[in-house]
Amino acid sequence: MSSVNYGSKRIVTGAGYGFRDWLAQRVTGTLMALFTVILLAQVIFTSGPIGYEEWAGIFASQWMKVLTFCVILSLLYHVWVGMRDIWMDYVKPLAVRLVLHVFTLVWLIGCAGWAVQALWRL
Amino acid sequence: MTELARKRPEFRNINALKDLPSYRLPVAGIVSILHRISGFLMFLLMPLIIWMFDSSITSEISFAKLSAAFNIGIGFVPGWFMKLVALALIWAYLHHFIAGLRHLYMDVCHAVTKEFGKSSAIVTLALSISLTAVLGAKMFGLY
Repeated sequence: MSSVNYGSKRIVTGAGYGFRDWLAQRVTGTLMALFTVILLAQVIFTSGPIGYEEWAGIFASQWMKVLTFCVILSLLYHVWVGMRDIWMDYVKPLAVRLVLHVFTLVWLIGCAGWAVQALWRL
Repeated sequence: MTELARKRPEFRNINALKDLPSYRLPVAGIVSILHRISGFLMFLLMPLIIWMFDSSITSEISFAKLSAAFNIGIGFVPGWFMKLVALALIWAYLHHFIAGLRHLYMDVCHAVTKEFGKSSAIVTLALSISLTAVLGAKMFGLY
């Protein structure tokens, strides 16, 4: 076996190397950053004070609903990857980690469902 | 066991109470751990964030209730405490946002020198803290 096992010489076996999550973290992060800028722009370019009508109006248009929906799903995945990293770094006992993973998933899926419900009621 | 499958080394010689306080973390390291802490904070407070989102868009009445929660208080929670929690969330979002953009910039531009790590970390801290201060002052009605 050659002594160099990195870069283009790396011997890739069947296991995942985290590239998929690394990329997903950046793609979902970029989408959420764009959403932030778009939302901020709409708030800034609204003339006059922003009350309920103006604020809810931003989310009422169909394209904004679809975009917000995509952002909620991005957030779900982004936070799952991030939280799993935290648990993997600091929690070593497997049973405790499993419980925390399940808690994280239930917490996140519940939150995402609630957010989508609030969004689509509008 | 092949070379690839051998047991990976583990280091557990850092005591959180005895060692961490005396470790001198470089400024990039401070940004990094704050990135993690801010993300964890937003994860924990996610139901509160969604409750605020829900209340703000559902109806005029729920919108008014949300405003009142910040100005007067809600239940046993005073308004100033709601504002303080919101300020923590504002900081967490700003820090996570700016530190995230820093990561993206580093990935896209291959900006991985030690110097860039330090200078961009300082910019991240300066921006996130000053923006938090500006928005916090606005929220507490200082201007």
